[in-house]
Amino acid sequence: MRAFTYERARSPAEAAAAAARHPGAKFIAGGTNLLDLMKLEIETPAHLIDVNGLALDKIEATADGGLRIGALVRNTDLAADERVRRDYAVLSRALVAGASGQLRNMATTAGNLLQRTRCPYFYDTNQPCNKRTPGSGCGAIGGFSRQHAVVGVSEACIATHPSDMAVALRILDATVETIRPDGSTRTIAIAEFHRLPGDQPHLDTVLMPGELITAVTLPKPLGGAHFYHKVRDRASYAFALVSVAAIVQRDGTGRVALGGVAHKPWRVEAAEAELPRGAKAVAARLLEGAKPTHENAFKLKLVERTLGALLAEAKGVQP
Amino acid sequence: MPRPDSSDLTRREFLVIGSTAVAATMVSPLVKGQNPAAPDAPSFLTKVSFNVNGKPCALELDTRTTLLDALREHLHLTGSKKGCDHGQCGACTVIVGGRRINSCLTLAVMQQGNHITTIEGLGTPEKLHPMQAAFVKCDGYQCGYCTPGQICSAVAMLDEIKAGIPSHVTADLTARPQLTNPELRERMSGNICRCGAYSNIADAITETAGRIV
Amino acid sequence: MKFDTPATTNPIDQLKVIGRPTDRVEGPLKTTGTARYAYEHHDVAPNAAYGYVVGSAIAKGRITSINLNEAKAAPGVLAIVTAENAGKLDKGDFNTAKLLGGPGIDHYHQAIAVVVAQTFEQARAAAQLVRVQYQRAGGAFDLNAAKNSAKPPKPGFGGPPNTAVGDFAGAFAAAPVQLDATYTTPDQSHAMMEPHASIAVWEGEKLTVWTSNQMIAWGVGDLAKTLGIPKENVRVVSPYVGGGFGGKLFLRADVLLAALGARAAKRPVKIALQRPLMMNNTTHRPATIQRIRFGATKEGKITAIAHESWSGDLPDGSPETAVSQTRLLYAGANRMTAMHLAVLDLPEGNAMRAPGEAPGMMALEIAVDEMAGKLGLDPIEFRILNDTQVDPEKPERPFSQRRLTECFRTGAGRFGWSRRNPMPAKTREGRWLIGTGVAAAFRNNLVMKSAARVRLDNRGVVTVETDMTDIGTGTYTIIAQTAAEMMGVPLDKVIVKLGDSRFPVSCGSGGQWGGNSSSAGVYAACMKLREAVAKKLSYDPAAATFADGQVIAGGRSTSLAQAAGESGLVAEDAMEYGDLDKKFQQSTFGAHFVEVAVDAATAEVRIRRMLAVCAAGRILNPKAARSQVIGAMTMGAGAALMEELAIDQRHGFFVNHDLAGYEVPVHADIPHQEVIFLDETDPMSSPLKAKGVGELGICGVGAAVANAIYHATGVRVRDYPITLDKLLDQLPEVS
Repeated sequence: MRAFTYERARSPAEAAAAAARHPGAKFIAGGTNLLDLMKLEIETPAHLIDVNGLALDKIEATADGGLRIGALVRNTDLAADERVRRDYAVLSRALVAGASGQLRNMATTAGNLLQRTRCPYFYDTNQPCNKRTPGSGCGAIGGFSRQHAVVGVSEACIATHPSDMAVALRILDATVETIRPDGSTRTIAIAEFHRLPGDQPHLDTVLMPGELITAVTLPKPLGGAHFYHKVRDRASYAFALVSVAAIVQRDGTGRVALGGVAHKPWRVEAAEAELPRGAKAVAARLLEGAKPTHENAFKLKLVERTLGALLAEAKGVQP
Repeated sequence: MPRPDSSDLTRREFLVIGSTAVAATMVSPLVKGQNPAAPDAPSFLTKVSFNVNGKPCALELDTRTTLLDALREHLHLTGSKKGCDHGQCGACTVIVGGRRINSCLTLAVMQQGNHITTIEGLGTPEKLHPMQAAFVKCDGYQCGYCTPGQICSAVAMLDEIKAGIPSHVTADLTARPQLTNPELRERMSGNICRCGAYSNIADAITETAGRIV
Repeated sequence: MKFDTPATTNPIDQLKVIGRPTDRVEGPLKTTGTARYAYEHHDVAPNAAYGYVVGSAIAKGRITSINLNEAKAAPGVLAIVTAENAGKLDKGDFNTAKLLGGPGIDHYHQAIAVVVAQTFEQARAAAQLVRVQYQRAGGAFDLNAAKNSAKPPKPGFGGPPNTAVGDFAGAFAAAPVQLDATYTTPDQSHAMMEPHASIAVWEGEKLTVWTSNQMIAWGVGDLAKTLGIPKENVRVVSPYVGGGFGGKLFLRADVLLAALGARAAKRPVKIALQRPLMMNNTTHRPATIQRIRFGATKEGKITAIAHESWSGDLPDGSPETAVSQTRLLYAGANRMTAMHLAVLDLPEGNAMRAPGEAPGMMALEIAVDEMAGKLGLDPIEFRILNDTQVDPEKPERPFSQRRLTECFRTGAGRFGWSRRNPMPAKTREGRWLIGTGVAAAFRNNLVMKSAARVRLDNRGVVTVETDMTDIGTGTYTIIAQTAAEMMGVPLDKVIVKLGDSRFPVSCGSGGQWGGNSSSAGVYAACMKLREAVAKKLSYDPAAATFADGQVIAGGRSTSLAQAAGESGLVAEDAMEYGDLDKKFQQSTFGAHFVEVAVDAATAEVRIRRMLAVCAAGRILNPKAARSQVIGAMTMGAGAALMEELAIDQRHGFFVNHDLAGYEVPVHADIPHQEVIFLDETDPMSSPLKAKGVGELGICGVGAAVANAIYHATGVRVRDYPITLDKLLDQLPEVS
């Protein structure tokens, strides 16, 4: 871990100003991913801005019947919030499917969105990785790629986004509120927030340097039955091989998004029109153009089967 | 069999910086004294104070010091263990403000003003916390290295159930969770025990909960 | 003392203390965080500097240059040791690869430098500034590709490389029912919770290391040899070991680099191997390819058995002895086994919990299940039909005890085996496909010389000193129980001191011999102490009884405290073994029963029930022994379902080299586990009549899981671990 200077910010504006003063600085909140990466010098900020004192830890009702989740709301608290459990169960389910009790107590809403990939080649600084060291190549392509992405991949990167929470936010059409170093604010739709790797896999999101997430807003509840099925090798404390988030209405319409298959939470709105035709049709559309490796091709079938079981459960029948 | 890439010195990640002559001149290990004159050193020190097991502590630390290393190396509270230093094992679990966390993934300087409970704060060999006593009785450990983390985690986990926090196996998200065996196992899954004492740990926690609740 | 005739009645048979489910004596320390592990001895080295290890970035080749300029100039750096400046180093007898690499590199993450600095943070940062250039060489990293170049290994712990009895080829060809199947097991990591860690302190020429090691005497010998200093100048201390499983049997880089770093920095140095370095830097259980052939009569009598195993290791390495159990487990007149060792340039392969039998039984016991299926026999009945009471390769050698059949019968009753539908893929509960599986457990019982010193003081307190280690096995407790039983004192009058090379040399912790052999060493020392006590009191040693803190003979009684007197009494002895283990085959037996649920859609496997029935001689402490078995069952469940060091075949390293990538079971994976010990004593093994259990529990359990998955799904997977991707294609469509 490189040496860094440290300051505590007391307001979003102060944090933004600090970021402006220190190009290359990082905000730290939960720290669960940033410190992990700093220890390996995958992240090497010279300055840390501690945003834990920003009082962005409230979950508030919005005027249009939704919820505004402060950036610093811990994963545990978000999952346990009565309104989230009742009206946005898919989000609660996704949160508690992730990490461990300890990590969820630390991790924040904003930090969870900003998690970096868990690709082992990204984590091993002896190995080439275009995400870590642009232009160095991709170790995973042609290497050990069982966990990796099958859709939206590029020649430069086949990493996945590891978040469960973000998959739920994607089907909920959440928006991300930010403040930039110049003090200006903006709102980013979750669909636009995470990037595909393309030829710039080092950029995970559309955030600008020094831009701070202040809140995540959920539109009014969608109703329906909420599901988050996470499939993994061990029963807990593991990243998804694939995960399926779904909200299914009584009439069989609904929304579906996938985790563990792409560089971002994966949702293809057009695929949702296929829901009445069943899992095969939906999966085929969701995974159109998939380019799996021989090690992760099973994910295509796994998505279809997981979705099939989920839709059967939604209908109240045995899969 | 094929022997791929027999010589590729050109890989950029190995081709790092400058001179190759230095190593040849090294005949004895480099020994240097302390480095107080390092011009950047002072600005990387930060003062922090927090409360550990009921006692106030004031430290001046390298900003890079994790809470775990502050406890183990500066306060000599070595009950909290370093198993992985990356949040992958749970051996470093401590309780901060009533919540269990991985102390390896937070900086000491981020804990300003916080109340921290470590395994040493729960009980002593002479006066065991009920959870510690139950671990002894149920043989909920073997090598003992994950044990302090398991116990801190278990104590805080029971409070999480009482607080109604749901888990991955909670069937009904709107109902109060109960301390069932599946709930307990899911909630304790952030604490790895390679000796495989899980079945006994579950017994110890169940027994303790029965007495505490 | 020499054990060369079967044990008769002795003080252990009183069973006042031995055989009871005593809580661990060190429990209050471990549960309060006050047991001190290797890195935590602030008292012995308050000024210790911190070492951080740099691992090789290539698997094979050469370092062409190391530039230390930036690292040397980094804040707080005290010393940097590399192969260039370390001085002449030898290689330990137990090490295959050098612990400090350079300029030649033998495997990925082989240590090539240690950076010593004032603080951990400074050492870690400076280590990143060591600039290394390499010339990469090609290597062999694929066992399957190297299979044809494999050769018979040298005879070693696993016996000869090949055995043959009768005419296997002829009998197999003539058998009406045959099985010829190949199984694979992957490279696995010990992944113990405490990283390899050491504090090294030099006082002049004398070196003391506080470390985490299973075999103190081996560590002393190899540290002295590697450094080229006399053994007398080396002290190794390891009172608590945070898990080993074979990964801490040997001297490792943390010890050597702490010693070298401390010499260079002229102050104590502490090092813990970084977790992401461990899996490639240290040893692992090697992968195997195993071909098993069975020939049987239509009635199910085995007429031919063959088991061949291929594994790889670095040059001059050793094989995974996966065929060992097949030489002994089932009857059959015509048989052959063979081991083949390929040269691979992966990190060093070596012992991990039940080396040989653990992966061997994973394969053999699936094959047995398959064969039972072909014969239309219940897998338990097929095993019982082919039970043997003698070494099948040397029928003149009986087993000292063999109650395998009773293990199966007891387990079947307890588990409800008779309620099982023998047809696979027929039992379903909602989304779950339910299956049950069974496998034999088998692991040889080894006995090793072990010494101890016993002191009796004027408070009547017995203090045991031996360099034996407690790696979570319960050694502190069973040694205390042994001494208490032998000397007739309560447990709280016994102090046990372990893990210090100043103490007599023990058997150490390995090969499941530790419990029986180390307590036998304590037995020997206590016998000597009893004689000394009796002699001092002029009692007849043969007639004296020791009970309730008193020694009684000829109508007289004296307290031990009084007998010891002001100066106290000391006795030291070792237990050595004759040829009882040659005349009799000593093994431990068991039966594993497992119930799994397989998600009909996703093929995720979840274990619902586990039962082990074990016959392993006298159980010295049922509580600690049960823990050994459930722990082994847990590791076996991991081996069955998730554990695999994934190899990058291009560059020759284990890619998933941390605890996030290398998944081991968590709480949620492991249900309540049940263990039954058959009431047994084995007078051929030692005066305690005990045998090992710590490795028995892992042998076979993986196959029981695999067989249960087959029973649930009808899909036979022969490649471990049985992850969902290997089942998915063959499960019925999701409606």
